[in-house]
Amino acid sequence: MHPLRVNITLNNPTQLDVELSCEPGQMLALVGPSGSGKSTTLRCIAGLQKPSSGVIEGGGQCWFDSQQRLALSPQQRRVGIVFQDYALFPHLNVADNVRLALDSHMDASVVEQLLVQVHLSGLASRYPAQLSGGQQQRVALARALARNPNVLLLDEPFSAVDKVTRRKLYLELHALRQQLAMPVILVTHDLDEAAMLADQMCVIHQGITLQQGTIDEVMQRPKNLSVARQVDVRNLFEGTLVQTDNAYKLRWHNHLFELVQAPLSARACIEAEVYWTIAPAKILLHQQRRPSKGDQENAVNAVVDQMITMRGIATLLVTVEGSLGQQLQLDVPEHVLHRNQITLGQTIGVSLLAQAIHIMPRTA
Amino acid sequence: MDWQAFQVSFKLATLTSLCLLPIGLLTARWLNHSQYRGRHFVEALTALPLVLPPTVLGYFLLTLMDTQHPLGGFIVQTTGQHLAFSFSGLLVASVISSLPFAVQPLLRAMEHIPNNIREAAWCCGLSPWHTFMRIEVPLIWPSMLTAWILTFCHTLGEFGVVLMIGGNIAGETRTLSVAIYDSVLAFERDQALNMSLVLLTISLITVSCVYSLNRRNYRMFR
Repeated sequence: MHPLRVNITLNNPTQLDVELSCEPGQMLALVGPSGSGKSTTLRCIAGLQKPSSGVIEGGGQCWFDSQQRLALSPQQRRVGIVFQDYALFPHLNVADNVRLALDSHMDASVVEQLLVQVHLSGLASRYPAQLSGGQQQRVALARALARNPNVLLLDEPFSAVDKVTRRKLYLELHALRQQLAMPVILVTHDLDEAAMLADQMCVIHQGITLQQGTIDEVMQRPKNLSVARQVDVRNLFEGTLVQTDNAYKLRWHNHLFELVQAPLSARACIEAEVYWTIAPAKILLHQQRRPSKGDQENAVNAVVDQMITMRGIATLLVTVEGSLGQQLQLDVPEHVLHRNQITLGQTIGVSLLAQAIHIMPRTA
Repeated sequence: MDWQAFQVSFKLATLTSLCLLPIGLLTARWLNHSQYRGRHFVEALTALPLVLPPTVLGYFLLTLMDTQHPLGGFIVQTTGQHLAFSFSGLLVASVISSLPFAVQPLLRAMEHIPNNIREAAWCCGLSPWHTFMRIEVPLIWPSMLTAWILTFCHTLGEFGVVLMIGGNIAGETRTLSVAIYDSVLAFERDQALNMSLVLLTISLITVSCVYSLNRRNYRMFR
């Protein structure tokens, strides 16, 4: 199997400037709000839409090259695609839907194998209208895999099913992924879905890909403010990067935080206005009974304003002392909350781990 | 009952509807897929016989088929046959006048197929032609039957164009509707009634079939 490399622009009917890559066996989540160009990008990869310029490489060959005036058809690219509404052929039963995508030389028993793989054995003679949303999605997946595709494209495949079915399908897709050797692109606007299923994430906004990297890299170390907003970073503040004793520190109101991250540019500067962020799970709650060494690191006091508990994780909204009323969010396990007997209005000590503080330039 | 006229009508309706099936399918497919700017004008042209008085359509067709006209002259030269006042001419005229009854239901049915169904077929490796034959045609077959029944029925009852192009030659161009007209003029009320009842029965049965098929086609996409 070969990687997928995309570097294209599109002017009409929508603006697109996309650069992404996906290695064999890897799943890349293309994340962005509605209308950001995710599906159009997928259509360009599949050959259903022709980009204005650029290059698309997949399956070890060039699929599109505007300079060479090369544009392979969807049939030639050999892609497997699962559409948002699945686009099953309503007049064909499950087995025939999958069989249609098989090459003429392929053994018909492959259909049965694929249906077993997607947990649909026994439903081969049903028609799409007789299936639930989750079952239809599985048929679409089996059909997409039937051609042994060079790339698997999933266009918001979970958007048409209920939440319970969705969780079940997540687990199934996660298990199925281990058996897939081709690059997989998952289009979604759901960050949790992307984080749960994908290895890499590419953020797209207004038709432009802003950042590609591992899930943690993009979610915790966004390249700039735009990416931070797209990945819904919860603790996002303005600050000043200052140089003291050959080391850089972050000044935030009355606080001066230690940093591990290297300065933003090679050119040394005395002071620079920056945005900074820290993941809520990386803020350390000081234990009142057993203070630890980590309590010394970027310690601040804060007053608990709100506590929201969901599925065993408590999110605390705290107002940091000496920060002109700015609020931090931190996630702690629910049992930690109970053990420390945290209550509303209580003053607590927290540490902003230096390694987790991420700074971004003010200019885009 | 003028069985000779019935035979001519039946033969004309059968041949017209059979000719219109491939013509209607290809025209509807072109209209559905074409990015050509003048597509709407072409669609309007195919629908024109719906609103044009049959005598007007008949007059223009008769003029075109005249040997003095370049087109009519060319046809006589190449085939050695006069189209005006012949069964062949009647067939050509019927195909043109019934064209919208074939194209419109087929075009509406094709427009009803979501585009990503075609795209899914392409991504499954099917060529555009195979997609048409294996995906689109099976999905629109109720509309194909509707188109066939409508064109058959419309040709069976056509009067204006038939009279203009075919005249009233017994066994050649004299159809049932022309025979009814003749019977009324000759005060043969019983014969006119019998023939009218035959046409009424056929029309009622076929229109009922059309509605039933349309409902079935609608359900397929629900």
